[in-house]
Amino acid sequence: MNRDYRKRIFKKNQPNEASPSDSRFLRPGGRGFTILGLREILVRNIVPIMFVVLCLLGVRWSGKPALFLLQEVVFRMSRNSFLVLSLVIPVMAGLGLNFGLVIGAMAGQAGLIFVAARQIPGMPGFLTACLVALPLALGLGYMIGKIMNKAKGREMIAGMILGFFMNGIYQLVFLFGIGTVIPFSNKNMVLPRGIGLRNTVELKSIKWVLDDLAMAKIGKVRVPLATLALSAALAWLITGLYRTKLGQDIRAIGQDMKVSQVAGIQVDQTRVVAMMIATVLGAIGQIAFLQNIGTLNVYDSHGQIATFAIAAVLVGGATVSRATVGQALLGTFLFHLLFIVSPYAGQNLLGSAQVGEYFRVFIAYAIIAVSLALHSMQRARSMASRR
Amino acid sequence: MAEDYVLEMHGITKHYFGNRVLNDVTLRVKPGEIHGLVGENGAGKSTLMNILFGMPVIHSTGGFQGEIKYCGNQVIFNSPRQALESGIGMVHQEFMLIPGFTVAENIKLNREPLKDSFLTKAFGQRMKKLDWLRIRSDSRAALDTVGLGIDEMLPVVGLPVGYMQFIEIAREVDKEGVRLLVFDEPTALLTETESEQLLSAIKRIAATGVAVIFISHRLDEVLSICENVTVMRDGEVVTSVGTPDPTTTIERIAELMVGRKVERPEYAKRTQEPSDEDTILNIENLEVDMPGEEVHGITLSVRRGEILGIGGLAGQGKIGISNGIMGLFPAQGLVTKDGSEIPLNDPGHAYQQKLAFLSEDRKVVGLILDRPIEYNVTVVATLVKSMFQKTFGARSRGIEIRDKKSAWNFTMQMIRELDIRCTGPGQIVRRLSGGNQQKVCIARALALEPEILLVSEPTRGIDVGAKERILDLLVSLNREKGMTIILTSSELAELRKVCDRIAVIYGGNLVDILSPDDSNARFGLTMSGRRAEAQ
Amino acid sequence: MSLGTDNPKEIDSLKDSRDASSVSAARIGSGMFSRVLNTVGLPRLTVGGFVVALFVLGGMKGLPLHNLLSNSISRFAMNAVMALAMVPAVQCGIGPNFGLPIGLLAGLTGMVSALELGLRGFDGLFVAMIIGGGLGTLLGIGFGLFLNKVKGQEMMVGTYAGFAAVSLMCILWLVLPFRNPELIWVLGGKGLRLTISLKDAFGHLFDKLWRFKIGGVEIPTGLIGVVFGLTAAYKLFEMTKVGIAMDLAGQNERFARAAGVNCEQMRIIGTAISTALGAVGIIVYAQSYGFIQLYTAPLLMAFPAVASVLIGGATPLSASVSNALVGTLLFQSLLATTVPVAQSVVGGDISEIVRLIVSNGMVLYALTRGHGGGNGE
Repeated sequence: MNRDYRKRIFKKNQPNEASPSDSRFLRPGGRGFTILGLREILVRNIVPIMFVVLCLLGVRWSGKPALFLLQEVVFRMSRNSFLVLSLVIPVMAGLGLNFGLVIGAMAGQAGLIFVAARQIPGMPGFLTACLVALPLALGLGYMIGKIMNKAKGREMIAGMILGFFMNGIYQLVFLFGIGTVIPFSNKNMVLPRGIGLRNTVELKSIKWVLDDLAMAKIGKVRVPLATLALSAALAWLITGLYRTKLGQDIRAIGQDMKVSQVAGIQVDQTRVVAMMIATVLGAIGQIAFLQNIGTLNVYDSHGQIATFAIAAVLVGGATVSRATVGQALLGTFLFHLLFIVSPYAGQNLLGSAQVGEYFRVFIAYAIIAVSLALHSMQRARSMASRR
Repeated sequence: MAEDYVLEMHGITKHYFGNRVLNDVTLRVKPGEIHGLVGENGAGKSTLMNILFGMPVIHSTGGFQGEIKYCGNQVIFNSPRQALESGIGMVHQEFMLIPGFTVAENIKLNREPLKDSFLTKAFGQRMKKLDWLRIRSDSRAALDTVGLGIDEMLPVVGLPVGYMQFIEIAREVDKEGVRLLVFDEPTALLTETESEQLLSAIKRIAATGVAVIFISHRLDEVLSICENVTVMRDGEVVTSVGTPDPTTTIERIAELMVGRKVERPEYAKRTQEPSDEDTILNIENLEVDMPGEEVHGITLSVRRGEILGIGGLAGQGKIGISNGIMGLFPAQGLVTKDGSEIPLNDPGHAYQQKLAFLSEDRKVVGLILDRPIEYNVTVVATLVKSMFQKTFGARSRGIEIRDKKSAWNFTMQMIRELDIRCTGPGQIVRRLSGGNQQKVCIARALALEPEILLVSEPTRGIDVGAKERILDLLVSLNREKGMTIILTSSELAELRKVCDRIAVIYGGNLVDILSPDDSNARFGLTMSGRRAEAQ
Repeated sequence: MSLGTDNPKEIDSLKDSRDASSVSAARIGSGMFSRVLNTVGLPRLTVGGFVVALFVLGGMKGLPLHNLLSNSISRFAMNAVMALAMVPAVQCGIGPNFGLPIGLLAGLTGMVSALELGLRGFDGLFVAMIIGGGLGTLLGIGFGLFLNKVKGQEMMVGTYAGFAAVSLMCILWLVLPFRNPELIWVLGGKGLRLTISLKDAFGHLFDKLWRFKIGGVEIPTGLIGVVFGLTAAYKLFEMTKVGIAMDLAGQNERFARAAGVNCEQMRIIGTAISTALGAVGIIVYAQSYGFIQLYTAPLLMAFPAVASVLIGGATPLSASVSNALVGTLLFQSLLATTVPVAQSVVGGDISEIVRLIVSNGMVLYALTRGHGGGNGE
């Protein structure tokens, strides 16, 4: 830990390394105190800036009217931002990007399937779905947290693989468990052979219940205020969490597990709690998402949820070790704007909408790969400078 | 005061796997007293502190004998947490600070003052809000006590190293009901001015009635601030002296720390004794950036055929020398063997010039634990000198591949010669005892047919009987094969036993080269960085 | 030399005590079961147990066992090279190569190029392998350079680098100017077809080579020959100085550095070999399958390969050729027997689910077993 001292022997020619002793009251250079130069602002926000440019080009090439794009983006923002926001807490807790979000989404879908089978309509249906998903998500979050504690330092890959693994379990339950082990009365939803759910479940009874609760019309754009309010509430809760003891503990373990442990913070337990919160949020987020979509693809709807949510938060400028509410919201906006325009742009530029569709998937994967790489390079550099 | 002593430790005895590491140790500290605790590495200081703090390593190895009285009550702490809660503080050698947090957040880490919020009732204590006003004011007060005038809302990450030690101390001071503070080498990383400021902070803290245990290798510091000094050696208290006593001098303490009789056996005479006229290795101005063991410019000549010891306290840079020569850590300077330069920062090159190295980090740099003995003995020779290979395919156009048979035979021969106790060359190295693992390392070095053997802490982590055999083996390599040996060790006794000369390193510099027969006092002083004339 | 004796049973120090106690713990717990478990390993034991159970169950249900056996063998040979690609990756220290899709894309490009050139039969197959292998080596070198910058995070970064490469290639499959009508959509579409039949080109060439039947069980000698040929070549490479240095770099970076090994270079070599083997692997797979699958098909193909080598007893830190072969045999036998047996018992295709659960469960098991996934620290 004695960084300066150790480096000192090769740094004789660097007198600018202020000796702490003769500068008792000197404020150490920088870190939030100096006014940032334009160059630094650009460098720090390079990812969002790049995507703003990309989006502007995309909007131009798509040739679509602004009103159409705005309407699309408003709906996509309203249904996706909750899921993206749910990623903030695990990042804060040092668990990295939560690839295990799919597992929360699965719990949410289980709640929806329950509601669809019972045909519970309207707002009660939406709330019932959340209530059914809640204990499932808590249990699964507990399990994810425990597994993450066994895979410290490899949380992200463990979360991703666990997501794939649980997908297998999920399919086993809904493709072979329904009708054999789990009694299921609504025969319309079951495959002809009597075992397993059909791929598509219509969510007619609760479609748009949240959106229609308070649909405002601003100019010509319809704005689902209630759905947005749900995300806003989450954003408010996350910022509130920072000011509590639990939030402080989560921040501490996110920065340095060892020091937190020595200080008596229950590191493992706090990580589990963080993971449980994240999984519950994932479940609720998926329910809010699907009430807008209106149909549930039992075996597909959750598949890409984590990838796209993570790509969105990264587009907003977040990293593996730092994510804020603002980044999540900005990222959701930019990423989904790009999502909307790229097929049209592909069609207009290359005569193939397919190209645009592959392009947006590529962007999602590439942004994740690049930011994981950048994070790991930064960590290596800070380790080296620590010596 | 109701009780005379804050802490009394009586008759503390501790065994680790049959080795007695502490014997009947007694330590008493009064309120407001600064008590120095000195001794060589391995004298038992840290074990004693581990016992005081109830470290798990103590309990998992069978506990200890003796009694501890804290504030007049007999106690045994089962965990460091318990000790901390009863008001014993520890200032760590390693900084326990969270870089992204502010100074105040670090001082109050996990002890944040809280206030109720509307969520508390529903979700319990952890949803209480942080009371930032009190966090700031408490931290300010603690920082003022230790005399650090920085803004408590600055993040720790950009602060100079010297400040971190003060923040750590401020945290301990801020804890409620602190009665005893332990400082473990607090000035090791500080500059001279910082050290002085730290010492005066410690005095200020003691003046408030807190007892202080001050562990340091810097004897002048110990003498300047401590009222009493306990000297430990080989797990026993040699003496406990008061500093006002005029006979308590640095020289006396140094002698007490080191003082033990060394039996130097009569080794066989060489046909030609090494001399300054015939040097094999010349080191000029060597600087090595090895974390924790920096070398700051050492010039040293090694005589052909001698056993040169390199000694000194831990962290003073003795380990850095061989690691620098072998290219394992960034180094600068000039090293020549028989007149030809050994390029630094180029690991593997030194092997070409017939140097071989046994690392102090045996289990990481010295061995591949999950591979067989035969692999460990021969792999470096194959890579560096293309030994133990055969041609696969036609002789002219074939490729060179590993020849397991010759590797096996060589290993068998080594097992016999060095008496490695194993089931055969195919045994996994992890299953061997420490002494036999070290012999495997020696066999690996011998496979390279070296002229100079650099040996670093060869007996670390090896039981007493096996230590002797490793040392005897090194001596016989020196006498029978004429190998020049550079032996780096923290154990002065073993250096004095086998070496012809002993170079003592302090603060990354060469202090003096001593003869193994020099007096204890001279060794003690030299090891604490003072050049002393022979008496 | 006069040397003393050393008692190996003596517990010699504090530092050694942990190893010593683990040794003695292993000695104490020498029940029959734990001894088997220790030597065979949990993954091999469970998967092997399942395979045996499925064969027995299949036999009881009256399924033709020789069919199950033939299927197992051919699926093993089809997939073995891709699992083999994991071995150099683990040995050089980057861990299981989750970026395998990059190699697969090289192989696909090789095959498509050979077809575009109008080459058929063994000519086409070998040209595909040369182009694919060469391209794989080049991409592997680049990938290795990249991975050197992200030490400790190779698995995660590799996974997403692979995903990104696959989706980028999706665009290229659409826009690259291929002309051969066998490759492109006949009408309406743009770019290469989703699946390309190899029936008239070089499908099943290795499979049919020297194929014979023994007791109803088909043995694709040529295919197995290719697998074992590559295995033997790799075994030989392992014994050369470069192979030894590469393995050492992966085992213990500091030790290797001390012996003058350039660890970064070794990681690049390992990654390049792994990627090239991936390219050859997909070609072997495709000729046996009879079709080239483009677009998103290679996306998740790294996971079964990783799972295979882990089932075979490898860890993220050490792997051998036999781990890859044994693991592939067990895993593919499991999948091959699940389909018909499950069909007869449950009445549905459960193999995809079994693949998901077993392969990911295996990787998860390896990740949570404590010893580091990264390297160096």
